[in-house]
Amino acid sequence: MKALLIRELRLALRSGGGAGLGLAFFLIVVILVPFGVGPNPIILAKIAPGTLWIGALLACLLSLDRLFQTDSEDGTLDILALSPLPLEVLVAIKALAHWLTTGLPLVIAAPILGITLNLPEPAYFWLVAGLAAGTPALSFIGAAGAALTVGVRRGGLLLSLLVLPLFIPTLIFGAKTASLAADGSDPLPTFLLLTGLSLFTLALTPFAAAAALRSHLK
Amino acid sequence: MTLSVNNLSCQRSGRVIFAALSFDIAAGQAMVLRGPNGAGKSTLLRVLAGLIPAQSGSVSLNKTPLNHTDGFQDQITYAGHLDAIKPQLTVAENLRFWADLFDSPAFEQTMQDFRLTEIAGRQAHTCSAGQKRRLGLARIAVTARPLWLLDEPTVSLDTETTAQFAALVDRHCEAGGMALIATHIDLGLSHSTELRMETITPGTLNSIDENDPFLSGDWT
Repeated sequence: MKALLIRELRLALRSGGGAGLGLAFFLIVVILVPFGVGPNPIILAKIAPGTLWIGALLACLLSLDRLFQTDSEDGTLDILALSPLPLEVLVAIKALAHWLTTGLPLVIAAPILGITLNLPEPAYFWLVAGLAAGTPALSFIGAAGAALTVGVRRGGLLLSLLVLPLFIPTLIFGAKTASLAADGSDPLPTFLLLTGLSLFTLALTPFAAAAALRSHLK
Repeated sequence: MTLSVNNLSCQRSGRVIFAALSFDIAAGQAMVLRGPNGAGKSTLLRVLAGLIPAQSGSVSLNKTPLNHTDGFQDQITYAGHLDAIKPQLTVAENLRFWADLFDSPAFEQTMQDFRLTEIAGRQAHTCSAGQKRRLGLARIAVTARPLWLLDEPTVSLDTETTAQFAALVDRHCEAGGMALIATHIDLGLSHSTELRMETITPGTLNSIDENDPFLSGDWT
C-alpha cells in the first residue's frame, strides 16, 4: 500500500504528472475574477467564498481523467488487478494521492487568494476547514467517475458531465460554510453536514470505482 | 500443482474466439501456445488470468477454481503485450514498486539476473524497446508465482537475452513452476509441450445464431 502511494506521488510530481496543473488553474481563475467583476471590495467580499470554491472544484476536475487512463493504456491496470491488493484499496490510495497532489495545495493556496478577493476576516478559518473537509470528497467522487470513463477515448468531457452533478452538494455546503462565517453567522452546522457528506463519499466511492474498473477489464 | 483446463470456451461480442479447449499443465512443465494471429492465444491467457470471463468450461489450479478469484490470482503472474512500465520512473523504481506490491524479497537478485543494474538509474522512457521488455520480464521473476502466463514474451529481445529468458523459464520449471507461453519462435525449452490453436471461422460452430445481427456484432 505504501509502495503504491509513494509511486503515485512520485508520478504526479515528476514531469508530465500534472500535480501543479490544478493549482495553476486555481490561481488563474481566482486572480481573473476581480478583473471581470470589477474592483468593488463589497461585491468581491460577497462572491469570494463561492468563487474560491468553484475555482477549487474545477481545478480538482482538471487532472482526474488521467487517474486510471495512463494505467489502463500501459497495461499497469491489468497487473494491479492481479496483485494481492484489493481493487477497492487501490482506488482509495489513488484517490488519496490525487488529493495530496491536487486538493491539498488548493487548501493551502485558498487563504492567500482570499486576500485578493477581500474575503472577510472571520471566514478564513472556515474556508480552509471547509476545503480541507470537502476536497477529499471531490477526489473520491472523481475517482469513481474516472473509473467509469477509463475505456473512453478523450473521456474528459464525459467525466466532467458525470461527476459535476455529484460535486454540487459538496460545493453548496462548502461555499455556505465560508459565506456564513463571512456574514458573522454560525457555520458549524453546515460544516458538520459537509464533513458528514465527505465521509459518506469516502466510504462508498471506492466500491463503486472498483466495480467500474472490474467491468472495464472484462 | 496442476493447472487443468476443461472444455473452455470464450466468446467476445458474439464471436467465438476459442471453444472446447482442454489441456493440463503439470508442475515443472511449460506449455507453448502456437497458432496464427487471431487464433485466440492472447484471449486464452487473459481468460486464465481471470481478466476476461469464460463462457463455459472450467479452469482449476491445484483444485482452486478460476472463479475463486483471490486464491487463483495469488498463484499466477501475467505478462501481456504491454510492459506496464511508467516512463517517468527509473528502471529501479519501476521494478522496486512491483517487488514491494507483490511483497517479494528478490529485487536485487532480479536486477542482476536481467542485467538491469547498469541501467538502474535511467528513466524508463530513455530505454530501448528491448531494455523495456527486459524490465517487463523482470517483473515476472520478481513476483515469484508458480504459474506464468506469458504473451509473446520475447518480442524485441536480442538472441542472447532470448536464450537467457528461455533458461529462466527452464529454471522456473525445474523448481516446480509452470508456464504457458504464447510465442511464434522456438525457445528451445527443455520441458515443454505444445498446444496448437486454430482460428475459428464463423459458421464452424452453431453455439450462437450467426443470423442474429445483434449477436454477430452488426449493431456496433
